[in-house]
Amino acid sequence: MTNPDLAALADRFGLAPVGARPGLGSYLAETWRRRSFAITLANYRIQSENERNRLGIAWVVIRPLLNAVVYGVVFGLLLGSNRPPDFVPFLLVGVFIFEYFSQSLSDGSKAITSNEKLVRSLSFPRILLPVSALFKQIYKLGPILVVLAGLLLVFQVPITVSWLMIFPVMALMTLFNGGVAMIAARLSVHLRDIQQVIPFVNRLLFYSSGVFFQIDQVLQPYPTVLAIARLNPAYEFIHLSREALIPGIDHQPDLWAYAAIWSILVFLFGVLFFWQAESRYGRE
Amino acid sequence: MNELERAMLEEGRRPTIIVDDLHVKYRTFASGKPAAGSEGGLISRGHKGLREVHALKGITFTAFEGESVGVIGSNGSGKSTLLRTIAGLTPATSGVVYAEARPALLGVNAALLNELSGDKNVRLGGLALGFTPQEIRERFDGIVKFAELEEFIDLPMRTYSAGMSARLRFAIAASKDHALLLVDEALAVGDRGFRQKSEERIREMRASAGTVMHVSHSIKSILDSCTRVIWIEKGVLRMNGDPREVTDAYQENSRG
Repeated sequence: MTNPDLAALADRFGLAPVGARPGLGSYLAETWRRRSFAITLANYRIQSENERNRLGIAWVVIRPLLNAVVYGVVFGLLLGSNRPPDFVPFLLVGVFIFEYFSQSLSDGSKAITSNEKLVRSLSFPRILLPVSALFKQIYKLGPILVVLAGLLLVFQVPITVSWLMIFPVMALMTLFNGGVAMIAARLSVHLRDIQQVIPFVNRLLFYSSGVFFQIDQVLQPYPTVLAIARLNPAYEFIHLSREALIPGIDHQPDLWAYAAIWSILVFLFGVLFFWQAESRYGRE
Repeated sequence: MNELERAMLEEGRRPTIIVDDLHVKYRTFASGKPAAGSEGGLISRGHKGLREVHALKGITFTAFEGESVGVIGSNGSGKSTLLRTIAGLTPATSGVVYAEARPALLGVNAALLNELSGDKNVRLGGLALGFTPQEIRERFDGIVKFAELEEFIDLPMRTYSAGMSARLRFAIAASKDHALLLVDEALAVGDRGFRQKSEERIREMRASAGTVMHVSHSIKSILDSCTRVIWIEKGVLRMNGDPREVTDAYQENSRG
């Protein structure tokens, strides 16, 4: 049993409980002050990953490219004449943009668990770890977008002013991915098994967000299912990216509203959710 | 609070660390099964693949400004856990630690990233300690020199010997001055020369720190430096008082 006299003594001399969760305001202020830790960690992690592989940084784009080839061949044949128009650009945008999400999710889920030693020996706001995982993905987004643009040009997609719209889409998606990374980071601390499930979550979202088919065409006979499918944030980001990059994609302005709401809500929830368990990271 | 502590309080000394009925339990999974609820007594020993280790069982003491408190006990008695919990790195299962400032743990196991080179670890460790990039640039050469790793600082840490990486960890952790300093066996690191150097550095830090807590197996170094000693055995506080008395009782006990 704790002793009320000691608590009173601590209070009298202005001693504060150690390891107690700080208030949200001071937590975020401290996180901001230490931001260079998250940025540097992200940088170093990318470098060390690159050093391990012969092809280094090229893997950032080779991975989605291989995915695109596999899905392109398999579903291109399967879908036959049901292929969406401009199938190759359509698929490339889908696979490349989805890669940003899926990597943020899987990296975020390991943010705390793979840095356990760091968490156990140094004190800093733990949220810096999922934030660092997000920074890592942001760095990788650069080459991904450049290669995507190059490929689109190769497949004769005209370069237009509307390409600039990819930036607001990516900004929203970054918020969303950040929130997802924080949520996944905390969940996998409580339940390590989450990491086993994440590839399936990725797969499920991949197939349900119309990476290689047109959701609105395929689901046309089922309006309710279509309405639900359009609420899928991954679908929204992919579709908005296609609107920006490929001419002739039908514009669905309401997706902007959904995407914005998702991004802001998931980000804010992610911060709160992660901060709530701050004093518990490093226990198990 | 024991008599000694009460007397110190009456003398008007300022408490800086108050540890109140501190319990720490670790859970370890062997099967990879998920833990239902992380609090509460639903899970107990005997569950498949699950072990619970009760590392600290109700530790209570108060440390005052200007004190240097030694912590002794046999291997696995909970000394390191105590320091990690006071530093806020291992969450307490129940009980509270109050402190004037965030206590800093200076240990040899301050973990760094093995796949990265030494110089990157210095920068990253410094940032994690709360230095600005500018402050790290200023201290960088000093840290590398202290760790005696000038030739190897650009190699990945996984290529370092145990002694080399322990030296680097210590050099990084010791680059900052702290108000409340917890030292965990740091003196056992490296060869003779480095040991003397690190002892000297700890003395310097102790001079500027308000309160120091010091875990060690070396009775000599405890007697040299501590004004009070706490003896922990199997997670229970056995004695808390005068260094001579406590270490004598401890040695008597371990002799059997």
